[in-house]
Amino acid sequence: MEALGLNMGFEETELRLGLPGNRVRSEGEGSRKRGFSETVDLKLNLSSKDTSEKVKSFQKEKHPLPRATDPPAKPPAKTQVVGWPPVRSFRKNMLGVVQKSSGEESDMAGGNNAAFVKVSMDGAPYLRKVDLRMYNTYKDLYDALGKMFSSFTIGNCGSQGMKDFMNESKLMDLLNGSDYVPTYEDKDGDWMLVGDVPWGMFVESCKRLRIVKGTEAIGLAPRAMEKCKNRR
Amino acid sequence: MSEDDDRSPPLDLRCGAAPSINRARNCSGEAVSGSGSSTSSSIPASVPVTVTEYQSQYPDQVLEIVLENVLQFLTSRRDRNAASLVCKSWWRAEALTRSELFIGNCYAVSPDRARGRFRRVRSVVLKGKPRFADFNLMPPDWGAHFGPWVCVLANAYPWLEKVYLKRMSITDDDLALLAESFSGFKELTLVCCEGFGTCGLAFIASKCRQLRVLDLIETEVTDDEVDWISLFPEGETCLESLIFDCVDCAINFEALEKLVARSPFLRKLRLNRHVSIRQLYRLMVRAPQLTHLGTGKYGPSEVAQRQGDTEPDYIAAFAACKSLVCLSGFREITPDYLSAIYPVCANLTSLNFSYATITADQLKPVICNCHKLQIFWALDSICDEGLQAVAATCKELRELRVFPMNAQEDVEGPVSEVGLQAISEGCRKLQSILYFCQRMTNAAVIAMSSNCLELEVFRLCIMGRHRPDHATGEPMDEGFGAIVRNCRKLTRLAVSGLLTDRAFGYIGKYGKLIRTLSVAFAGDSDMGLKYVLEGCPKLQKLEIRDSPFGDAALRSGLHHYYNMRFLWMSSCRLTRQGCQEIAQAMPRLVVEVIRSDDEEETDNYVETLYMYRSLEGPRHDAPKFVTILR
Repeated sequence: MEALGLNMGFEETELRLGLPGNRVRSEGEGSRKRGFSETVDLKLNLSSKDTSEKVKSFQKEKHPLPRATDPPAKPPAKTQVVGWPPVRSFRKNMLGVVQKSSGEESDMAGGNNAAFVKVSMDGAPYLRKVDLRMYNTYKDLYDALGKMFSSFTIGNCGSQGMKDFMNESKLMDLLNGSDYVPTYEDKDGDWMLVGDVPWGMFVESCKRLRIVKGTEAIGLAPRAMEKCKNRR
Repeated sequence: MSEDDDRSPPLDLRCGAAPSINRARNCSGEAVSGSGSSTSSSIPASVPVTVTEYQSQYPDQVLEIVLENVLQFLTSRRDRNAASLVCKSWWRAEALTRSELFIGNCYAVSPDRARGRFRRVRSVVLKGKPRFADFNLMPPDWGAHFGPWVCVLANAYPWLEKVYLKRMSITDDDLALLAESFSGFKELTLVCCEGFGTCGLAFIASKCRQLRVLDLIETEVTDDEVDWISLFPEGETCLESLIFDCVDCAINFEALEKLVARSPFLRKLRLNRHVSIRQLYRLMVRAPQLTHLGTGKYGPSEVAQRQGDTEPDYIAAFAACKSLVCLSGFREITPDYLSAIYPVCANLTSLNFSYATITADQLKPVICNCHKLQIFWALDSICDEGLQAVAATCKELRELRVFPMNAQEDVEGPVSEVGLQAISEGCRKLQSILYFCQRMTNAAVIAMSSNCLELEVFRLCIMGRHRPDHATGEPMDEGFGAIVRNCRKLTRLAVSGLLTDRAFGYIGKYGKLIRTLSVAFAGDSDMGLKYVLEGCPKLQKLEIRDSPFGDAALRSGLHHYYNMRFLWMSSCRLTRQGCQEIAQAMPRLVVEVIRSDDEEETDNYVETLYMYRSLEGPRHDAPKFVTILR
């Protein structure tokens, strides 16, 4: 398994995952099918792109971290959690109502359009849930997943935790060598690598997500290849 | 069969109406309602006490008649529950005279049991799912079916007049049965319900000839493409209230107009967004006696604009409604048209702008006239500045709700501690507040706690999880602590932001009247929940999500769970064994473990625990994803 390379970009840190063999970059991964002779590049962005944005306070739901007392940084791009904030569906997204002329209002019937899936990460003590319909691309999903599990991967930094998170070079040190791959279980019960089908198809077929260590994901490649062939 | 069989010993009449409690028997005072009567866990066995010294000089039948006549005047269900516990005679008389049946949890008691005890019911209130179900925290098809209830009610109470359902699952067939079974049916109110469509409404409209109230509030109604409005009976109707703003289907406007024209008693009308402002005008002209009006789409239609038609005189229409006290709707608003409501502002007691994306500047000319306003709902698009305008004018304000235009976590928020502080200083009579914001300070919350001493409901939702006081970086403990300490009438509290166990310590220490508590993403350890369960004797409804409370905390509430309507805990640190222990310790508690799908939990932790007292044991309609622990 090829170790993760870390892009020492100055704007952002990213995890990139490559399969054995080629190391070919491919952009726009959500929009076309491809076999696994090509590499799928999966990026788990663990910091916000815009460095002027402050970082959101830790997600401490089930983690016995000491509380940070520093004022929180400005939050990064959105992370969706089921049922939060507690606003009923027909009240959500009033912004959308303003912009639409003939008034196709946000769904009053609510509820039925959501596609919640569980997300687990190897080694994390708890599950999260995301609504896949809140995202439009794989990129958005990876951003969100990165936020969700970043606090865990950073782990026990003590009271310095917040500051370390904001310090990008330290962040990269921590990530160096870690290699997590998002995988998903589809309707057939098979575990697939995330990113191999168009986004829409993924949302329809994904039942749950699991972020696994890269070494465990190797076995998925041949199976995924076969599926792709079957779909053609 | 003789009535004498299980009669109580004669009562001591020398004490007047209230017999001496010491001499009365224990009764099987099963509290059907979910309210805070004394522990209803008493096993229904009676312990006879011999009363020989004081013989009644009057036959018991007379006593019962007297009782019945007196008890008629007792309307509060809590008073009635207390009366029913005095002795068997009182229990019987109360059961015969109770006409309003309130069931706070439809699974706490079976329809048959309710029917068996109360024989002359005219009005039923039924509540089903817990509130967190509104936010997709519970899979659909969990339960709370109206079907079993309507079947029993149809047989038992042919003279039933009113039904109020909240968070129940209702089918068209249920509504059909309801419509057919009660010839004198008068009022149907459905709040946060689902499962039926316009088909069901058609049954109600066509068959309930005495219908006065048809109120659909935040309820999902599927569009079966049935013209239910035209199915109301011909001729003059009894309609007093017609609320259908949540029914998102096109309606036959001509039929609606004719209906309004032949409903001289109509006082409350709330339209859906498919009714244009021109159509609204026509309705208002026909019903100037309205007291409550909910507009539909509040802006010109594109068609009218293109044709260049002259606009109706909306101002005159509003001015003609001299009794109007409550305004709502304003969907898809064109703010220019707001000036039409100026004539009624001075009389308004309730104004709901929660669907109107208006700015502070658009709000001000309206609100500056609303001196009598008691209830105000709005979107945070009005900003802190808008709230300051409210604070400056609305000195009678009792209830404020500020909803987020953009219900996301990580965006800039237009309202903040500034708005809250202003409200606290200007609206000293405030009783109830629901406030969504992105940032808050302890100082503002403390200010509200000392300025608004009438507060009964304090619900603050800082939308970013674990957000501390943004000025000091401290947890929000002190703010909420001040609320529970200073607001002596507080019965409902929802907390948010960064909170440690200390906040819960305050709640447990000072929140002695709290009945409903909502917790999300808060606390450090089991101690937090322990403080609350041990400290809040009036706690009825406790809903917790994503907080680090575990089995030990759960155990600390064993002394209290029979006094509660329910406990909800999702994404906490409860294990199945921990929940099992509770189920075994408390046989009258139904302990449901809910998974979000059919899969087995691979985690150690239980995803959702929902438990409630019940006289019936485990329900038989539980879906696969619910496991009831024994």
